[in-house]
Amino acid sequence: MRDRDGTEDEPLFRPYAVTGGRAEPRYHLAMETLVSSVALKSNDYSLLGPEQESIMMLCRTVRSVAEISALLRVPLGVARVLIADMADEGLVRLHMPQLNQGQPDLNLLERVLSGLRRL
Amino acid sequence: MAGGFGVGKTTFVGAVSEILPLTTEAVMTDASAGIDDLGLTPNKTTTTVAMDFGRLSLDQDLILYLFGTPGQHRFWFMWDDLVRGAIGAVVLVDSRRLADCFPAIDYFEEAQLPFLVAMNGWEGQFLHSEDEVREALSLPPHVPVVRTDARSRDAVKSTLISLVEYVLTVRAAYGRTY
Ligand SMILES: Nc1nc2c(ncn2[C@@H]2O[C@H](COP(=O)(O)OP(=O)(O)OP(=O)(O)O)[C@@H](O)[C@H]2O)c(=O)[nH]1
Ligand SMILES: [Mg+2]
Repeated sequence: MRDRDGTEDEPLFRPYAVTGGRAEPRYHLAMETLVSSVALKSNDYSLLGPEQESIMMLCRTVRSVAEISALLRVPLGVARVLIADMADEGLVRLHMPQLNQGQPDLNLLERVLSGLRRL
Repeated sequence: MAGGFGVGKTTFVGAVSEILPLTTEAVMTDASAGIDDLGLTPNKTTTTVAMDFGRLSLDQDLILYLFGTPGQHRFWFMWDDLVRGAIGAVVLVDSRRLADCFPAIDYFEEAQLPFLVAMNGWEGQFLHSEDEVREALSLPPHVPVVRTDARSRDAVKSTLISLVEYVLTVRAAYGRTY
């Protein structure tokens, strides 16, 4: 998601304390966290594992963590670990909406409302 | 989306979703009390909990996801995750089986997530009025009770619009919490 001013395009991570052990993802990925793949040079694809390759293909259009889990038929926790690792390796970008004390900000709510009315 | 078993949650999501509703699963490990040897763990049970969802692209860079648990709501841990960052909740009810939605209402009140109650009319028939439902559920006066039809895109759309409008009013009136 873009920032409020519509210019920001950096990944918006939700930092997550590393509690030790590889099984803990570095980022807390919400079910609705959006993932998009970064364009790779074609020979870089041969270095990817099969799940990574599937995720790269799926996320050519922006998809949520939940969608990736459902479409790859892997449990949510597995999808989270795969995606967090790929974010670490710079293969995918993560996007989160602007939250204000854990809630969507008013600007986002207004945009959702007008989007629904336009449907 | 929350509500009792078979009340029409998946139908509701499917009526507006641009994809067929998908299901993601989470595995919950419940280590019961007692000595828990890492190898053999007879007391450890794992439960798979599913979450259905649909997707609605509202703008080039704006996607709305609608999530709901199928069946009974015994497992709230997936909701704990969703409540953060969620706009609000729709509690779908069948007015003949109101008790089915008590746990959902308790949960959203506790989590301070704004919600509205949507009566799903079966075959367009509403057997109870909004006021009867409000009273039976002991809802505070500001919580909206609306009529919907889970099978109709327009009805679902207007239920979602009512929810977002309500959330905006709540925010304007009460600030952060409601
Ligand atoms: N006649 C009628 N049937 C409906 C309506 N809403 C849902 N149904 C049907 O009722 C059945 C249950 O609906 P679902 O949408 O699967 O209900 P659910 O709440 O997702 O059910 P669980 O996930 O099993 O808890 C389906 O066969 C629907 O087609 C409605 O408004 N009218
Ligand atoms: Mg269902």
